[in-house]
Amino acid sequence: MLAFHQNHGCEGTVVVTQVEEPSKYGVVVYDGNGKIERFVEKPLEFVSNKINAGLYILNPSILDRIEVRPTSIEKEIFPAMATDGQLFAYELSGYWMDIGQPKDFLTGMCLYLQALRQNSKGALTLVSGDTFVGNVLVDPTAVIGHNCRIGPNVTIGPDVVIEDGVCIKRSTILKGSKIRSHSWLDSCIVGWNCVIGQWVRMENVTVLGEDVIVSDEVYINGGKVLPHKAISSSVPEPQIIM
Amino acid sequence: MEVNANDCIKGVILIGGPQKGTRFRPLSLDVPKPLFPVAGFPLLQHLIEACVNVPAMKEILVLGYFSSEEINPFLNEISHLYKDVKIRYLQEYTRLGTAGGIFHFRDQIKAGHPSAFIVINGDVSGDFPLRDMLEFHRENLNKPVKPLVTMLATEATRQQSVNYGCIVENKTTHQVVHFVEKPSTFVSTLINCGVYVCGIDIFSVISKIRKEKQESFYSGETQEQLESIMIERDIIMPFAGKHGNIFVYQTNRVWSQVKTAASAIYANKQYLELYRKTKPSRLAQSKERGDALGVRVIGDVYIHPSAQIDSSCVIGPNVSIGKNVVIGPGVRIHDSIILGDSAVEDHSLLLYAIIGWSSSIGKWSRVEGTPCDPNPNKPFAKMENVPLFNAEGRLNPSITVLGKSTNHFNC
Repeated sequence: MLAFHQNHGCEGTVVVTQVEEPSKYGVVVYDGNGKIERFVEKPLEFVSNKINAGLYILNPSILDRIEVRPTSIEKEIFPAMATDGQLFAYELSGYWMDIGQPKDFLTGMCLYLQALRQNSKGALTLVSGDTFVGNVLVDPTAVIGHNCRIGPNVTIGPDVVIEDGVCIKRSTILKGSKIRSHSWLDSCIVGWNCVIGQWVRMENVTVLGEDVIVSDEVYINGGKVLPHKAISSSVPEPQIIM
Repeated sequence: MEVNANDCIKGVILIGGPQKGTRFRPLSLDVPKPLFPVAGFPLLQHLIEACVNVPAMKEILVLGYFSSEEINPFLNEISHLYKDVKIRYLQEYTRLGTAGGIFHFRDQIKAGHPSAFIVINGDVSGDFPLRDMLEFHRENLNKPVKPLVTMLATEATRQQSVNYGCIVENKTTHQVVHFVEKPSTFVSTLINCGVYVCGIDIFSVISKIRKEKQESFYSGETQEQLESIMIERDIIMPFAGKHGNIFVYQTNRVWSQVKTAASAIYANKQYLELYRKTKPSRLAQSKERGDALGVRVIGDVYIHPSAQIDSSCVIGPNVSIGKNVVIGPGVRIHDSIILGDSAVEDHSLLLYAIIGWSSSIGKWSRVEGTPCDPNPNKPFAKMENVPLFNAEGRLNPSITVLGKSTNHFNC
């Protein structure tokens, strides 16, 4: 990326990536050399499938372009730089995901785990064994009980305790949480230091904030639960609990 | 009250036929509704047991229009349990109505010269004070106006009372002053339980009604079916005000009707609770009290001796588990009925559900219904028997019923 920037010698490089639904984002139009002609924010008709991936390499000289007031770099500075022919696009290869939304976070997590499987160098390695299915990342300090089924696409953080007979799919469990026996989770993000009771079922992008307690036998469908809440009755329809 | 050694009482249980019990489907598609098991035993058996406990009960006649092949095997199976009482099924050739059926088999009922007989509607469940009711009926035989029929009644809420037969009572003499079936406006909170004590003189009364009906039918006055005579409509309603010979015995003991699958769950709970008093050996004991099963049992639970349940399960309250059911490790069940030959796999959770015969539930399943229990905030509230769909065409939340041989797969 740096080599590309230094090679063209202009003020800025914007990393772009290809997506299926470009009109959800800002589309970037550039020529064969990568010089950016213009930006189109959320186009109504198809213009291009390359969008701004949110990574930039910039020369310090761009600071002279910024006035001292609230300014959006994408809306004000980059279009000006494009007109001046000073902005280039670098195509990203490999996976990319905007993980601002919980459901996109989980999709991004799956992509990340898949990449990990393909080049297993680095500190993080995937686990294998009878309990695990597909791509699963487990912190060494986590404790997992008997007869569980973990995976595919699960990440388990430090000091997490998972009791016997738990099934987890496509979820992230953050540090210090405890999941009691016989529960079933699919597409969930469990925050730090939560306690999930026995025979709980959570699915459909349920997100628990820090220190949430879920009582035994509860069902949560797409609940978004703010920190420090206790959930004692089922949430059958997606909603925010605060 | 002294029981005369030669005294004879008969029981008559009216069970209807396959055209009845449509709200009980899909459960009644495979088994006649009276044979559906709650608290481990068929509804009919609970009613038979209630009759058997009445002193001087000599014979119980089950009347209905199911075919004999559907009912007799069951009666043959249980006859050895109640040695002092004969139990027979009498099949009606056509729908004769509640009084018409009794009249048709009057010779069988009158055989052995019973001093009175008890009539029970096949779809009621509860703790009936039959002995006390019989005594009350007998005491009133000394009164100037003798009872033709004594009916069992209970309290309901004002709003729910209009769904039943409503009774207006003379509080001193306990005669029925007025009776009306399912009125459109409020009449009384005292409702008919569908249990009657009848004297033998009722047959001459029914004979007279029959003659009157025949005359009006053949003279072209009425179009309705000739044979159908109903106790409530043709005897109780007209006679209550006119002759004053219908009496009412009020009870506050548990009583409910079993009309829908949801009401089976409520009846299941009721009978399991009754076992504590009447048949504690039918209730499963928890591991802490040294049970061989080793299962952790909460509250009232019935488990058939052939069922195999892993010791890590937690079962109850209010659960009945049928013959040969296999339940894997880590399963939690409450307020449910699991019918015979079913299998429930590991880590599942079942609540407010009826699992049909030979069904299988996969691992980590959650089967959840909505209870239709009476409102605990209102005294004397009864179960709401809501229709299947509401006014907007959406399904009303209710007990979840999995019919026979349903497979719920492992996710």
